[in-house]
Formats: sequence, C-alpha cells, structure tokens
Amino acid sequence: MNKRLEEYFVEKGLFITAIFSIIVILLIIAFIFREGFPIFQEYGFLNFIFGMDWAPSDGQYGVFTMIIGSLCITILALIMAVPLSILCAIFMAEIAPPTMTKILKPVIETLAGIPSVVYGFFGLIVLVPFVRVQFGGTGFSMLTASIILTVMILPTIISVSVDALRSVPLEYKEASLALGATQWQTIKNVIFPAAIPGVITAIILGMGRAVGETLAVIMVAGNVTQIPGSIMDPVRALTSNIALEMGYATGLHYNALFGTAVVLFLMIMVLLVIANYYHYKKKVVIGGGYL
Amino acid sequence: MDTKIIIGIIVAIIIIAGAVMALGGGSQESKIDIVGSTSVQPVAEKLAEVYMKEHPNVKINVQGGGSSVGITSAQQGTADIGTSSKELKDNESAGLTEYMIAKDGIVIAVNSQNSVSALTPDQVKGIFSGNITNWKEVGGSDAEINVVTREDGSGTRSAFEEIVMGKETKIKKDAIVQSSTEAVKQAVKQDPNAIGFISLANLDESVKALKIDGVTPSEATVTDGTYKVQRPFLFLVKGDAKGAVKEFIDWVLSPAGQEIVKSEKLVPAK
Repeated sequence: MNKRLEEYFVEKGLFITAIFSIIVILLIIAFIFREGFPIFQEYGFLNFIFGMDWAPSDGQYGVFTMIIGSLCITILALIMAVPLSILCAIFMAEIAPPTMTKILKPVIETLAGIPSVVYGFFGLIVLVPFVRVQFGGTGFSMLTASIILTVMILPTIISVSVDALRSVPLEYKEASLALGATQWQTIKNVIFPAAIPGVITAIILGMGRAVGETLAVIMVAGNVTQIPGSIMDPVRALTSNIALEMGYATGLHYNALFGTAVVLFLMIMVLLVIANYYHYKKKVVIGGGYL
Repeated sequence: MDTKIIIGIIVAIIIIAGAVMALGGGSQESKIDIVGSTSVQPVAEKLAEVYMKEHPNVKINVQGGGSSVGITSAQQGTADIGTSSKELKDNESAGLTEYMIAKDGIVIAVNSQNSVSALTPDQVKGIFSGNITNWKEVGGSDAEINVVTREDGSGTRSAFEEIVMGKETKIKKDAIVQSSTEAVKQAVKQDPNAIGFISLANLDESVKALKIDGVTPSEATVTDGTYKVQRPFLFLVKGDAKGAVKEFIDWVLSPAGQEIVKSEKLVPAK
C-alpha cells in the first residue's frame, strides 16, 4: 500500500513538473500576444513591421530599423564566431592532448559564466574607445556589439560542437584511419560531416543567444534607430528597444514594446524551425546509421 | 516515508504563506500611492522608505510612468500623489495643489579635454538638433560633434527637450542613445568630441559641465534661479491634501524630509 502510494506520488509529481514548463511557456506566449495585439490593431501590422520611424512621443512605431539591426549584429557575430568556435571544437575533441583539454574546458566554461553586464561594461570601457580610435566615428557601432556577442556565444557553440564531435561513433574514425587516411583527412571527410547536425544545433543555439542578448548590446551598440550604412554605424536591436523604454511606456507605447517582443518571438521561432529542419535533414542523409 | 514528510512540510509552508498574504492585506493601515515621473521616483522611494520606518502604520507605494501619467493620475484621483518633473501648464494644473519638494539642474556635459567651456542655449539647441555638427562652429577645435542622448521617455530627456529644445525642434535622429545617466557620463568621458546631458545630482569630476549663458551649474545657481536649465520636482494632490497624505507631504517639506532630498544630491526646495 505504502509503496504503491509512493509510486503514485512520484509519478504525478514528475508529471506536474514536466507539464509545468509547458504551461509557463504557453502563459508567456499568450500574455505577450495579448499585450502586443492592440498595436497591430491600431497601428497596422505591416506599418509596425516595415515602419522606418520609431518615435513613441510622436506616435510613430516602426520597428523595421531594429529588425535589421538585430539581424545585422547577429550575422556579423556569427561570421566571426562560427569559424573560431568550430575549429576550436575540432581541436578540443580530436587533437588536443588530455592535459590541454583539462585546461581549455574550464576556461571556456568560465567564459559562459560571466554575466552579460560584465561583458557590456568591458565593451563600454575598453572596446568602444578602441574602435573609436582605430576606425573613427563614435565607437558605438554594430562592429563593437558584434565583437562582444562573438565572445559571448563562443562557449555555447564550442561546447555543443565538442559534444557533437565526440558522439561520432569510434568505428567511423577507426575505419577511416585503417583505410590509410591521415588524421586531418579523417576529421575533414568523416568526423566533421557526421557531426554536422550537432554542429548546426550549436550554431543555432549561439544565434539564439546573440539575438536575445540585451544588456551588453545596449551598452555598446549606440541604440540609434536607423538602417546602418556600414558596420561602423550605431544600431538598435529589438531586445534593446524593449529594455530601454519599458520603464516609461504606457498606453500604446507599452503595447508597441510587447509588439516588439512578438516580432522577436516570431524571428526566433523561424530560426528554430529552420534549425530543426536542417538537423533532421542532415541526420537522415549522413551515415545511414544511428547518428 | 521521507518523501511524505517533505511533501507535508511543503504543503504546510504553502498554507502558511497563503494565510499570511491573505491576512496581511486586511489590517488597519493607511496607504499612499505615489505615481509619476521616473526622475522623481528614486527620491520619492527614499523618502517613503524613511517615512515608513518612522510610521509603521503607513504604507507608501511608489510607481513610475512619467510626468504626464503623474498629472493624469492626480487629476483622476487614481493616485493619492502624482509626481511631475516639469512645470505644469495652465490647463493641467486645474484642481491640483502643487508642492515643490526639490529642484534639479540639468548639466550639459563635455569631455574634460574639450576646449569649449561655455555655450548659449541656442548653440546647445543647434548641436542637439544637428544644425551645428563641428566643434569649431562654437569655438572649439576642428572635430565632429558626437551627440549622446537618453532614451525616449527618460525624465531627464523630456525635461531637456522642454527647456532647451522647445516644442518644434527634435533631438537629431542619429544621436547615440545611452540607457542611463552613468552610461552617458561614461560615453562623454571616453570621447573627446562627445556632448551629453545629465542631472546635476550625478555630476562629478569625470566630465566637464558647460556654463550656459555664462552661469556655472551648481546647487547655488539652481537655487537662486540664475542657471536656467533646471526643473522642479513636484508632488501633485487633487484638491487639498488630507489626513495621511498631508502628514507625509508636511514631513517631506520639513527639515527632516529636505535633509533626505539633499542626501539624494538634489537641491532642496526651500
């Protein structure tokens, strides 16, 4: 009797915790859409998405410059972060001697543990003046924000990629080496292609972090609502817009910020769908096995 | 057995917490809602904190929203006290009693290496609106002016817009936006060609405060009114203040309350 009761409680308890996260995310989505809806209704969805002017005090709520801002910062950060982190992951998973890995792993984990406000402050004090002196302008720019984001997403991409590379079955490697391939040929032609689904997941996770990063970007991006003409121009990201103005917003302005959150949410959903598609597709194509 | 005890404890804690919350709302204490300017908010919070310590039966709740929200909530009576960091217009002040609790100067700050040390209000307006883009036009070195501003909705920004920019002129669109006074100060400190505005309360050695019309911003020049770029911090009450609200405002205007205003680095009203 006692045992059965215990089983029952544990089972139901686990079920509740599992369902809890789903309920929370549904509630959040419902709330964001409900609060953001009035802006789409009153200002027009297309006006909101493609509007070039953001001036809440004049009743202008166009977020297009920020969509571009978010995308540009993220893409630039990925261009810098992806090669760096994948090569680093290959080194850690395949080449580095165990002692080296023992040092590298905790160092990279520390990088992930640094709070974003610290990155932002470092950027403001060190990087912004550096960029201003080296490249001119104000120093608050897309480039500065991307450099900070690159450093922030490195640990995410590296650690997930390392796991992906390590989970390639040892038989693949052994077979390749037994056929006389060199280590580099093995990595290039066998291990890396087999690990690609995992590596894509890693990149998407990094991208998600870059799109969602707020505080560090606010501090170094300059937050100007304009389409950047070059990577030295200041930009405003969607997340920054919400965080900057949330403290004051009332009425339609408040709804407009939730509208911004809806746009952000849709962007991340699209990214996730693309990621899952590639993950699935590559998984079937490669190896023909159980990867 | 152990799991059951743990579950029991958790249930007990939830019940106790629920009971405390349910009963807490029902006790006999007076409540004061203060809503309005985000610039007034910090000092109002500090005042409320000290006042509540001295008067445990009074509960004061301070919220932001902006000066216009403060004025509307006071008019409609949705808040006991509305706060504003700008002068009221005639049509706004109808039916409201104004209590000035403090004054604050807005400092136009530049890098300490900048050779310019004084500007006229028109020059400041020209720089922030984008008509003047080079420091040599206002007597400085030949370098582009980097304008730093605050985000839309910031109390300091709206006061600056109202006092310096006037109604029609806007701050130029490509000005760098920083999210706090500290960030503006940091941006000005590290860029020799930057200009920004900050509250007098936050002024320190890291940046240079410009003279406006030949007057250096300081506590003394804000008090006697010679430094023009300043704003009042107002408490607004519908009709006449009564009961707990009146006691609180009297205390704020008393030497004890003004001492706290001073400790928040604002200029006392009296």
